[in-house]
Amino acid sequence: MTEIPITADSPTGVAISRTGLLFAGLGLVALALPLVQFKPNRIVLGEGISLTAALGPPGWVVLLGLAVALLIGVTDRASLPIRLAIGVAGVAAAFLILGAAVRNLTPPDNNLARVSPAAGFWLLLLAFALMMADALSRMRLSLRLRWLMLAAVLAMLAAILWSGWLDGVSVMREYAARQDLFHRESLRHLILAFGSLGAAILVGLPLGILIYQVPRLKRAVLGVLNILQTIPSLAMFGLMIPLFGWVAATVPGAASIGVAGIGIFPALVALFLYSLLPVVSNTVVGLNGVSPATKEAAYGLGMTDAQVLGQVLIPLALPVLLAAVRIVLVQNIGLAVIAGLIGGGGYGTFVFQGLNQTAMDLVLLGALPTIALALTAGIALDLLVEALDHRKRRRDAP
Amino acid sequence: MARLLLAAAALFLVLFLASPESFAGLFRPFVTNNAPAIYTQTGLLSLTLSHLGLVGVAVLASTVVAVGLGILVTRPAGREFLPLARTVTSIGQTFPPVAVLALAVPILGFGAWPTLVALFLYGLLPIFENTLTGLTNLPPEVSEAARGMGLTRRQRLVQVELPLAMPLILAGIRLSAVISLATATIGSTVAAKTLGEVIIAGLLSSNTAYVVQGGLVVGLLAILIYEAFQALETRTARRIGLARR
Repeated sequence: MTEIPITADSPTGVAISRTGLLFAGLGLVALALPLVQFKPNRIVLGEGISLTAALGPPGWVVLLGLAVALLIGVTDRASLPIRLAIGVAGVAAAFLILGAAVRNLTPPDNNLARVSPAAGFWLLLLAFALMMADALSRMRLSLRLRWLMLAAVLAMLAAILWSGWLDGVSVMREYAARQDLFHRESLRHLILAFGSLGAAILVGLPLGILIYQVPRLKRAVLGVLNILQTIPSLAMFGLMIPLFGWVAATVPGAASIGVAGIGIFPALVALFLYSLLPVVSNTVVGLNGVSPATKEAAYGLGMTDAQVLGQVLIPLALPVLLAAVRIVLVQNIGLAVIAGLIGGGGYGTFVFQGLNQTAMDLVLLGALPTIALALTAGIALDLLVEALDHRKRRRDAP
Repeated sequence: MARLLLAAAALFLVLFLASPESFAGLFRPFVTNNAPAIYTQTGLLSLTLSHLGLVGVAVLASTVVAVGLGILVTRPAGREFLPLARTVTSIGQTFPPVAVLALAVPILGFGAWPTLVALFLYGLLPIFENTLTGLTNLPPEVSEAARGMGLTRRQRLVQVELPLAMPLILAGIRLSAVISLATATIGSTVAAKTLGEVIIAGLLSSNTAYVVQGGLVVGLLAILIYEAFQALETRTARRIGLARR
């Protein structure tokens, strides 16, 4: 990738950061929009309430503070670490303000009224999160520091959630009403995403190695896997139910090892089938990417086929393999939501229940953890891929 | 051989959509208890057209916005946004389309709109990413030559940079169209009129024939659109004198 130098100084001498201008614009629009929505009960539409209306007179101080923070980002005097700090603090502030607004608005001894985040909150969060991401992407931090940043941001969000400050927010009320179920479905979701990934690696890796050694098979195998990808997920999940129902009923012993047409099994298989293509094709690409000279050298050292494969080829192909793991994991975390539609469990249970009852807070209870999980997995695996790449490059360098 | 198969698939799709009832025998084996083998609540053809319409509008809108943004962040005026644009694209692609769809419902209500918005947002990313790659990885000699010929910035963009990036941009549109085609089926859970309706009806009444025919039509459409775009990419690449990347 070619890098283009960023020159922020304008010829007039007044340095204005264009990205800062974007974030400030977003943030100021956010402040003008309703921060939260007040609903008499969980399924009706509510009315929007602005930050100042929700917080009363102190709201103006908060509003001013946020506006100043956003405007500091516009001047180019603010160095990248300062921007990063404003971004992180802004994200935290958005959540704290949300909690405060909900506390102020929820009438005492009224269990029906709900206060949920509205457009203003989401946009404010977006503005500060973008500011944070922009500063981070330009600071070129070392890998170690980026891991620390990820951990710190996650810890900050976890601390806000655990402190109970947000317990009054509508989504958290939905959570409180079904804590046990939520934990069970979370576990289900993780089993769906990671289980199918594990199975895909167990099957896909040997299959990829086989194709690498017998290139004749490549077209046929990848062709079949490609066609599998074109089946829409809804239909794929739907087809697994009768298929495994039939298998469980007719193949002796199948039911006793867990094969069933209902529950988690069909969903797991559907996700597994979608995961195969990235794993197999990246295995082949990774192995093909190892230079013939390296391979010859390994054989020249007297290594056996198995040793060359295990000690040379696979370690060198690892970054490409890991890239497949990232694709599959992020994709499966998202697709696992659809399992909720066929009784496979996971966060989709809440999403589709919420859609059926038009209870949007319940939809959020399913959608938000899914997004958080996918984001975290995506970022963590990106860092991991980069770490491996670094190590490989350092080893390759003389 | 591959062409023949594709032509056969296209022919089958057209005939099936024109007269689904004549293929009832094909789906009979999936039916139990004498349930109907072909979905008739809404015509399959009209569902297909509305499905394609939804995807078409969303992908068109994504293309216009994504290519526009791609051009913007590679011009001197927008270069400051490039690192941000890269980060947002890679993070945005981790957002699950189903979750985006679910989040759009509280804001936009039920119907076609949330699906359209989710498809649009999700479709932006692959096109934008490919436009960026295409516009930033031009061979330096070519840019040099274009400058040397005295072309203005606008001429360079329209006559040199965009045509050279075109195969990659098309690949991005292809990716986005295929993802949208599959994601649109989920739109039926929020009352958009798509082929997902057939699959969901099948799930609700345990009628596998419905699930199969819904999935079959969407799958065939995806394959045909994928191949059509790939053919277009090859042709464009050949026209600008590049070997297929």
